[in-house]
Amino acid sequence: MGILLDITTRVPNSRAEARLIQGAMRLRRLLANPSSAIGLVLVLALVFVAIFAPLIATHDPNAQDFAMRLKPPSAAHWLGTDQFGRDLYSRLVHGARPTLMVVLLVIVMAAPFGFVLGLIAGYFGGIVEAVLMRLTDIVMAFPRLVLALALVAVMKPGLINAVIAIAITAWPPYARLARAEALSLRKADFVEAARGLGMSWRGIVFGQIMPLCLASVAIRATLDMAGIILTAAGLGFLGLGAQPPLAEWGAMIAQGRDQAFDAWWVAAVPGLAILAVSLGFNLLGDGLRDVLDPKHHD
Amino acid sequence: MKSLARILPFLARTLAGLALTLAGLLLITFIIGRVMPIDPVVAIVGDKASAETYAAAREKLGLDQPMPVQFLRYIGGVVKGDLGTSSVSNRPVIEEIGRVFPATIELATLGILIGIAFGIPLGIYAAFKQNRWQDHLVRFVALFGYSMPVFWLGLIGLLVLYAGLGWVGGPGRISVAYRYSVPVWSGFMLIDTLRVGNLDAFRNALSHIILPASLIGYYAMAYLARMTRAFMIEELGKEYITAARIKGASEARVLWKHALPNILVPLVTIIALSYGLLLEGTVLIETVFSWPGLGLYITNGLFAADMPAVLGGTFIVGLCFVLLNKSSEIAYAFLDPRTER
Repeated sequence: MGILLDITTRVPNSRAEARLIQGAMRLRRLLANPSSAIGLVLVLALVFVAIFAPLIATHDPNAQDFAMRLKPPSAAHWLGTDQFGRDLYSRLVHGARPTLMVVLLVIVMAAPFGFVLGLIAGYFGGIVEAVLMRLTDIVMAFPRLVLALALVAVMKPGLINAVIAIAITAWPPYARLARAEALSLRKADFVEAARGLGMSWRGIVFGQIMPLCLASVAIRATLDMAGIILTAAGLGFLGLGAQPPLAEWGAMIAQGRDQAFDAWWVAAVPGLAILAVSLGFNLLGDGLRDVLDPKHHD
Repeated sequence: MKSLARILPFLARTLAGLALTLAGLLLITFIIGRVMPIDPVVAIVGDKASAETYAAAREKLGLDQPMPVQFLRYIGGVVKGDLGTSSVSNRPVIEEIGRVFPATIELATLGILIGIAFGIPLGIYAAFKQNRWQDHLVRFVALFGYSMPVFWLGLIGLLVLYAGLGWVGGPGRISVAYRYSVPVWSGFMLIDTLRVGNLDAFRNALSHIILPASLIGYYAMAYLARMTRAFMIEELGKEYITAARIKGASEARVLWKHALPNILVPLVTIIALSYGLLLEGTVLIETVFSWPGLGLYITNGLFAADMPAVLGGTFIVGLCFVLLNKSSEIAYAFLDPRTER
């Protein structure tokens, strides 16, 4: 906090310094709000655990020990063991990796695609907009989980196919968002000026309009991540996402389901992890919206 | 009637958009059905069939026709209510869906009623107490609702409330003891048990549905409370509200007589939207509770490689989704005089 305070009270001498100060001020406002600070901590914890999983885990997540089946939490196994005697704590820690991977891959695939599509639709209007937005509406009309189910069924179950299926259903909101922003900006004076100076449509869309829409996309993406995690966990739970023996939280709940009445912790623990992470993304997204979006007053 | 003239062009455009969206929906299910790795002919005749049998079955399915013709036939079939034949039971998919769908509707409807009953009052209350602890509490409860993996909560709920405390019925719609004593009439267990006056069966069915319905109801409540709060806060910040307060209207009057009527229209849209989401959300809940509805039908179809069942189910869920959204759009246009499109 000290260094942030120091930076934000300085008077900028250059553009880069002004940017830095603005960023620091936003971070300060984000951290000043307890709920978004908690969200940031939870998300950073996920990233940290995912990166250092082998160091944080106490056991091999896939090592089976049938003498130690379904043991409750103890000093040797902090969160107990599952039906194959695998250490639940270590599986939980390693489960952060597929979770983070799914979230990042889906966003990287879906957000830019929808974003560019929406920008183009909003900027050009007319028939281009009509066709692109009708396409968006059609995909959006499909319930996400059910479409993902049908897609995974065709492509055969697996983590990567789950990512692709979720990404295919996830882009329309970005297209709508970008279209609305581009629509309101395309008649703005600075865009007219750029056009008058002879700038190409690519230069205007990607150089002038796009930077102004990035904040709302970042907010949308953060809030979206919670939903992506829940959908991926749901697919894993149904047996259509990550395949055994990979430690993935949704699949771990499904494995714990059969023993739920004897060893409740096997199913309970991964669910808490999913809850914590999706809560974290939701809190962070709400906080980012308050800090980044000048139009939003909440 | 004047308003009708204003709305007719809008209605025509909405219906045209609806037709186009449905055609797109069918195109997607058609494409998924065609690129699937399972050969539908082999699924019927088996892999030991002779070339003649294979060709005959292929011709009967219309698979020897060009793709556009196949698609048009597919649309024609769906319009007539033909969603294909289940490759597992060999019965028409539409018939099977007709059998399982009431269970899903019953669950989702009770869920949305619970969601409305709690979500809207809580949202209004939170807006009224904006930034006070009551507001923070409501926001927190709502945040939990849409961060929760609902299938996990269902599992924990079964564990604690059914296995542990015995307060609710277990998986399924009704206990085995009553299963054959209640004739199917509407397909809604709560209605069918009441119709024959079997109160014990009704209580039993209620004890089975209450937990899954509460869980998806909690999800709907979270969404509705959040949206109601946002609408209400926006409305309370408007000038006419300030004017009403200045002229001395009581807070209750400002809230119920001035602000609430104005947010009812957007609320209708949100309710329709979340009802559609619940129809989808039941897929996971039905698996956890062995609830014999459309969601379980789709997932069972998935594992049996019964693609006509999966695609038929997907189409029906998509159809409900689209119809709910479009009808809320139309309701919006009728109810809100400001809508000029």
